[in-house]
Amino acid sequence: MSTIQPVSEEHPDVALVERVRAGDVSAYDTLVRKYERQLFRIAQHITQNREDAEDVMQDAFLKAYEKLDQFQGNSKFYTWLVRIAVNESLMRLRKRRTGKLVSMDEDLQTEEGSVPRDFADWAPNPEQNYNQSELAEILKKTIQGLPQGFRVVFVLRDVDGLSTEETAEALGLSVPAVKSRLLRARLQLRERLSRYFRRKTPATSEAQTSAKADGPTGDEVEA
Amino acid sequence: MTCTEFLSILDDVLDESVAAETRIEIEVHLRKCGHCEVVLDTTRKTIEIFRCHEIYELPTEVSERLHLAIRSKCKKGC
Repeated sequence: MSTIQPVSEEHPDVALVERVRAGDVSAYDTLVRKYERQLFRIAQHITQNREDAEDVMQDAFLKAYEKLDQFQGNSKFYTWLVRIAVNESLMRLRKRRTGKLVSMDEDLQTEEGSVPRDFADWAPNPEQNYNQSELAEILKKTIQGLPQGFRVVFVLRDVDGLSTEETAEALGLSVPAVKSRLLRARLQLRERLSRYFRRKTPATSEAQTSAKADGPTGDEVEA
Repeated sequence: MTCTEFLSILDDVLDESVAAETRIEIEVHLRKCGHCEVVLDTTRKTIEIFRCHEIYELPTEVSERLHLAIRSKCKKGC
């Protein structure tokens, strides 16, 4: 189980935030350099648009600077920053969709990927069968196909390395909701990547693939 | 342990946060269930691939524009 990490006063961000509050702008520049890549990535994953992601990142950092007095230090500075960026991203999407309600809960009714269906083993180091740009395209296409609410949980938990509790806090979700979405996201991505990364041997016949696609055959399977 | 039970704790297995006694049950299950073994290995690999490959690199010019905007705003005393 993930546990809540106590926010220590020793965390380097705490000292940097204090310096910014004391008027040291260069300390804020340090914080921005530390987190700009992650914030850009999160904004890209939510908005799926480079210009929007750039605007969101800039607005989020400026808003965080303006609201720094409201940062209580109960959570990590980065978690607080992500929450601002997620809200900015959703607002940006809302504008694009002319006011239509946009939330982290949309498009989550799909049952896809809730149960594994592809049991083909992957080639060793399968990503090496593709060049960098091919691989980037595969990964982009694969993750873009996920519902937004799954995608962002996966990025925060598995790519950014936030804890389950921090992810829940950043997204305004409950811990059980984060856990459920993370499992679904991981399984859906695995299933989609399997199309590219499965081991290609003469034994991997179409018939075998088709049989495996029907799910586990053992009598111990209950669902 | 059944496949369904294994799947329900897959995240904990991936996050290496299962109790020692459950780990033994998992090992026993994986020894006899090739499907669950594949699901575990390939899901682990899925996470690793996404963690190791940046899909959205931050372009240098975007970073420069960001720092300019922040410096300009800060000069105005925000």
